[in-house]
Amino acid sequence: MTPAPVPTTRFLPTVSALVRKDLLLERRTRETLTAMVLFSLSTFVVFHYALDRSSLDGDLASGVLWVTLLFAAVLAIGRLFVTEAEQGGFDGFLLAPVDRTALFVAKALVLCAFLIVLELILVPAFAVLLLGPGLGQALPELVAVLLLANVGIAVIGTLVGAIGVQTRSRDLIVPLLALPLIIPLLIAGAEATAPLLLDGGAEPLPGRWLAVLALYDGVFGLLAYAVFDFLLED
Amino acid sequence: MFGRGLTALSLFTALTLTTAFALVFFYAPNDADQGFIQKIFYVHVPMAIVALIGFVIGGWYGLKYLRKGDRADDLRSYVAIHLSLILGVGVLITGSIWAKAAWGHWWVWDEPTLVSFLIVFLLFACYQPLRFSIDDHERQARYAAVFAVVGGAFVPLNFMAVRLAESFVHPRLGTTGDSMPGSMRLTFLIAIIGMAALYATLWRYELASKNATFQLRALRRRLGGDEDSLPRRSAAPQVLS
Repeated sequence: MTPAPVPTTRFLPTVSALVRKDLLLERRTRETLTAMVLFSLSTFVVFHYALDRSSLDGDLASGVLWVTLLFAAVLAIGRLFVTEAEQGGFDGFLLAPVDRTALFVAKALVLCAFLIVLELILVPAFAVLLLGPGLGQALPELVAVLLLANVGIAVIGTLVGAIGVQTRSRDLIVPLLALPLIIPLLIAGAEATAPLLLDGGAEPLPGRWLAVLALYDGVFGLLAYAVFDFLLED
Repeated sequence: MFGRGLTALSLFTALTLTTAFALVFFYAPNDADQGFIQKIFYVHVPMAIVALIGFVIGGWYGLKYLRKGDRADDLRSYVAIHLSLILGVGVLITGSIWAKAAWGHWWVWDEPTLVSFLIVFLLFACYQPLRFSIDDHERQARYAAVFAVVGGAFVPLNFMAVRLAESFVHPRLGTTGDSMPGSMRLTFLIAIIGMAALYATLWRYELASKNATFQLRALRRRLGGDEDSLPRRSAAPQVLS
């Protein structure tokens, strides 16, 4: 038995409405981004004292940058669907005659936007606080690596956030699931960034890491797009 | 429904495993560099390969559950991942012993296969906590299936990323297999068939046992006793229909 055809609104307007809703919410509450930025700045201070170094370069600088970024991202992933679950946003969305995958695309875009804003603050702060060599000449490559990684984190984060928000121990499940899944991104990102932050001037970016990042984005993007519907059915 | 052919499979498993161990100890030569300790290879490597394939099988049945909605597929996926986790503990322990004997350290970070196995193991170790923290049985099955599908796809991708990042020191099939003498290769082949058969047998036994428990519980409930009702929360699937 097939249900009677329901007139559905088009995909892109739905996505854009959802994205605008989330951005408006963030602009009014300033909850997630503030937490992410403050958390990353504290993490830099922690690294400064834990490593007992006042300036970093190469592997170490790249590692610190990526670890900070990932942990800040995990904060955002945990918060991503909280309003939907607690304030009845899921019910409202499921009642609306729209494609359910729109929610996935919208949330991934919002998470991506959060990460970009975070990086706009995080990377200059890192350059000022901890980074030894200048960032100037390596900046375009770094931007490319970060953008590719953002897509992957956003895709995995949306999926994990949607799974985690329905569990009782949400704050425990989200980091447990998200971190192992993001490790390939961390490997590729850290390995690609390390030569850019060398003391004696940036070395060329190894292209294969960009390929790994793009492959990861592609595979998990398609996969998450395909299975996300099942997380909403009720 | 799950018990058919189990006797034959069990006998086959016992036979191949016994043959494999007999070959390991009496037929395969000692390794030129590592000596006797290299024989752990015939347990460690088949176990690792079978465990990883088990994770992918769990993802495959998760996908089937999502498409068809048959609760038996959820059970198959659960049991496959559960067994792979148990084998995974064995893989990490035997790998550590081998690393200690061959390279002098319990853990070697620049050995991609061991590291990527650890990451996969850590990911799937969250499978049961995830199931346990969702009360509703239907939603639990659905979410676990989504997780299993993502995890199944994660296995090959993760191995590729870790392998690219590290130097190539781990003896691997395909690269080192060509230099393996014929007697070693034959032993390894039998060992891997034995391990796969062991996995299949345990999987079938566990499915049959779980199925019997479900049927018994349903019968008890029909007799009117409710002392054996469903637990409020559990990581394992609770019903088949």
